Amino acid sequence: MNVTLNGEPRDVPPGTTLAQLVGMLTDQPTGVAAALNGEVLPRRAWAGTPVRDRDQVEVVTAVQGG
Amino acid sequence: MDIPNGEAWTIAGRTLTSRLIIGTGGAQSLDVLRKVLTASGTQLTTVAMRRVTAAGEGSLLGVIKQAGVDVLPNTAGCHTATEALLVARLAREALGTDWVKLEVVADDITLLPDPEELIEAARKLVADGFTVLPYTNDDPVLALRLEQAGCAAVMPLGAPIGSGLGIRNPHNIAMIVERARVPVILDAGIGTASEAAQAMELGCGGVLIASAITRAADPEMMAIAMRLAVQAGRAAHGAGRIPRRWHAVASSPVAGQVSS
Repeated sequence: MNVTLNGEPRDVPPGTTLAQLVGMLTDQPTGVAAALNGEVLPRRAWAGTPVRDRDQVEVVTAVQGG
Repeated sequence: MDIPNGEAWTIAGRTLTSRLIIGTGGAQSLDVLRKVLTASGTQLTTVAMRRVTAAGEGSLLGVIKQAGVDVLPNTAGCHTATEALLVARLAREALGTDWVKLEVVADDITLLPDPEELIEAARKLVADGFTVLPYTNDDPVLALRLEQAGCAAVMPLGAPIGSGLGIRNPHNIAMIVERARVPVILDAGIGTASEAAQAMELGCGGVLIASAITRAADPEMMAIAMRLAVQAGRAAHGAGRIPRRWHAVASSPVAGQVSS
């Protein structure tokens, strides 16, 4: 199935969790947040949240700015 | 008499002794940023939220933490209230703070705040439990509306972000200060130390500076200059300037002058 991860299409197997998607980008244990289809999910919920075909996932962290 | 460090001030119940807030944007390296944070004496510094890249972002948060400085996430890059709400919520989750420097800009040429989206975002964020510090135009009416929306401070611009043009409308800043019951933090436009001092002389509670320090030829030295300027401006504000007069007022005695 296809999901969009930080604006890029990704082909992932069914059952892939949000935690696995985040893990494709970073192994930072803190300082990272994720939103699934515009809803922010706490880190503790990532492992128990499977993504679905055509889901939009945003994974962000702090950068220099402002 | 000690050099006043500026008495402590409070934003939303958090007491700060430094009145200088540093923006981390523009620093050429984390090492430069570390020196700037330390030299400035700041206790609060802004970061932006961006997509994680495979390259990683280094240890920005580590540098800030090591410097003993609290982090203030912003919503830079947002053009709508909806975007700002999502970014603020992401920041709250990533950084464990419900403080947010709210930025909702109208376009990328001016980077000026979009008043309608800004107000809407402020109301929604306040309702969602955020402590909201909005970057706003130098408009006394808009500043008042933001305060009425429940913002913990207002952050009027001196000039467009990164322009270094100083405080283009000091009268408006003074009017904002006059009416505000929340701290006024001059944000954006500062180019050099005298302008930071001017902001404090106008009665601002604090100043936020990024580019003027991080993009200076010697960022660490400019951080020191800004720290001193904020202290000097605050002290001058408290000391009370003399009235402006049209003509000279002799400072030496008139009596006893030698005449030929």
